[in-house]
Amino acid sequence: MSKTTTDDLMREFAPQLEHTGLKGKIWIALLFTLVLLGIFALYWQVSRGHIVTGMRDNVVWGVYIVNFIFFMGISYAGALISGTLHLFHAEWRKPIIRMAEFITVISLLIGPLYIMLCIGRLDRLPNLILFGRIQSPITWDVIAISTDIIGCFIFLYLAVLRDLGKLRDFSELKVPSWQKKLYKILALGYEGKPEQQIRLKRATDIMAGMVIAIAIIVYSVLAWIFSVTLQPGWHSTIFGPYFVIAAVYSGSGVLIVAMYVFRKVYHLEKHITVKHFINVGVIMLVLAAFFGYFTFSEYLTKWYGSEKNDEQLIRILFKDYYFFFIFSNYVGVLMPLIVVGFKKLRTINNITITAVVVIIALWMNRYLIVVPTLESPYLPIQDARAAWAHYSATWVEWTLTLGGVASFCLFFTLASKLIPIVQVSELKEEPKEPADIYLR
Amino acid sequence: MSEEKHKDNNSRRRFLKLGLLAGAGTVATGALLATGKSHAEGSGETVKVLTTSGEVMEVDKNFLTLAPVDRKESHEGIPGRKFVMVIDLAKCKNARKCVESCQKGHNLPKGEEFMKVYLMQDSEKSAPYWFPKPCYHCDNPQCVSVCPVGATYKRSDGIVLIDNERCIGCKFCMTGCPYSTRVFAWKHEEAFDSKQPYSPEKGVPGVEGTVSKCDFCPDLAREGKLPYCASACPMGVIFFGDIDEDVVTNGVDTFKFSELIRDRAGYQYLENLGTRPNVYYLPPVDRQFPVDRGYESLDEDIKARYDNTPYVKNRKNKEKKS
Repeated sequence: MSKTTTDDLMREFAPQLEHTGLKGKIWIALLFTLVLLGIFALYWQVSRGHIVTGMRDNVVWGVYIVNFIFFMGISYAGALISGTLHLFHAEWRKPIIRMAEFITVISLLIGPLYIMLCIGRLDRLPNLILFGRIQSPITWDVIAISTDIIGCFIFLYLAVLRDLGKLRDFSELKVPSWQKKLYKILALGYEGKPEQQIRLKRATDIMAGMVIAIAIIVYSVLAWIFSVTLQPGWHSTIFGPYFVIAAVYSGSGVLIVAMYVFRKVYHLEKHITVKHFINVGVIMLVLAAFFGYFTFSEYLTKWYGSEKNDEQLIRILFKDYYFFFIFSNYVGVLMPLIVVGFKKLRTINNITITAVVVIIALWMNRYLIVVPTLESPYLPIQDARAAWAHYSATWVEWTLTLGGVASFCLFFTLASKLIPIVQVSELKEEPKEPADIYLR
Repeated sequence: MSEEKHKDNNSRRRFLKLGLLAGAGTVATGALLATGKSHAEGSGETVKVLTTSGEVMEVDKNFLTLAPVDRKESHEGIPGRKFVMVIDLAKCKNARKCVESCQKGHNLPKGEEFMKVYLMQDSEKSAPYWFPKPCYHCDNPQCVSVCPVGATYKRSDGIVLIDNERCIGCKFCMTGCPYSTRVFAWKHEEAFDSKQPYSPEKGVPGVEGTVSKCDFCPDLAREGKLPYCASACPMGVIFFGDIDEDVVTNGVDTFKFSELIRDRAGYQYLENLGTRPNVYYLPPVDRQFPVDRGYESLDEDIKARYDNTPYVKNRKNKEKKS
């Protein structure tokens, strides 16, 4: 009985693996072009030096670091959201959990590339290992991120394993033979035997807990890169939790957008309903409240105490970055509270638009953390070339930013062509209670 | 009284000279071994140096050009030294000779400086003053703490140096330094092509994509010379010396460091950050030159660098009104 249902589901999701429509091909080609442009910009930067970026002696980190924090942030979608939902056995998570895990792994692969773009001597990267100093937060970051990538990859793989087994066994699937072989290899001989199920379940439970812990550590370490320095806008005790909350917040936003896009493109209306949008929307609302609270405490204390350098920073934020500040820290906080908070406004479109606003707002929030602080150091920026005082990103930086977003979309698209974007096997097959597995 | 002080000064200067010469001598004998072959030809001119065993020796002048110490040795620091700098703000008139001489000495491209001269004004009503700012060579250096590869390090003689052949250019040290001391080589410069052997003590030739900064000129200290900035300053603003020997000199006047700091109320800039800088400032009291003179004599492009200071803004407002 249950077997036919899974086959039905396989039949339903097979077309997304078997065919790519014209629109899909154009989309992939477009993304590919953008990635190529990014690669060209990278070549430009490597061949001409960092002078082609907008970064200078005062603002030594720019859009690249912002993108780094941003992509690391959205990787939280899988780690915290899907990990937590898994541990709490939230049944409704099943159609969206795969997307969340894809977001995690893909953004974790792209994020660290941006920190490489900030490094002046890429050829000396091995020094990080050869001469690594454990005292440096960068070393903590290297260790934490690589652990995170491995952990999240294992978590995703465990979740995908059942489906790979299904894909291998599903004879009606019309895909090239190399793809079938790939499924066979990747399925690792998983046949859904009871002992295999128990083992898989245990491993997934352990990994779900681990990725939550690792993700919190990674983002805290990332925050500490900033807060261990003495810079006025960074030297803050709440940066760790603040970054963690901001990260999950942006992750929930990206998850909603992904849900919306895949629901439209692969016609998943039956599986992903308004209920899912509202549920993730409520997560987003709670996070918005936390995020707003952290942002408020952070700036209130700086403004009220008005130490000379903090005051200077606040002045820059409200003068030069007025629009950014209002958008990221007011609109970006209030919009989810209002849209998800009022029942009448909770439509799929509204929630998705809010999610887009949240994503942009959080990108801007990171920009406001990185750039204005570097523009207001302890010693006033003087006796330096005037053009070096203010940061504005150049075409190289924007192209590489776009290239990163494009490669995120590209990887996501390609991943959905290889593995069903909705977890097929768990939709119908998972036992109701975890005890069912352990006690069998 | 003043005569006595003068005499005292004189004898101290003599002592210092001997000390510096001795320093040069020890290194020179080492260098003789190292560079003896490559500098086989003597100049004929000889110089008296003191060897480690206390003998006075005559050495050809050419042998005194020291080979730069290698990377490994440059991690150690000059034995028995603890360098300190004192900057007398009362005398600075922004002649910028320190900046120029430092740039020349370190073969820096135009527009890139290790030494900067700020036009400081502590608050609205307080008087502006010129504020030369080298690296402070902190005893608790943030830059060293955050470096992921140990490319920047603290030596036994108090100097914080950068190994440009190890630096990966992550710029973390630049955000770590609260004094905006460090500069980055954003592009390849012609000066980087120089064939001379690299030593972190000289910081020359520079390396694209790495960080550099004021290094207190340990290569000159090994020769018993003052750093470029100190010896170039026409006003004798910059004193350099040894905090353990308790002596600083600008090449003309020599003081007991502790007495100078005591008598002139010396302070460290933003020492509340816990960095423990090794550069001390003497407050800008009884100034010999008005601030205006340091500004008016500047070239237009240098003037533009101070455009966002309250002093220049006020000045321009006044000009507009009149």
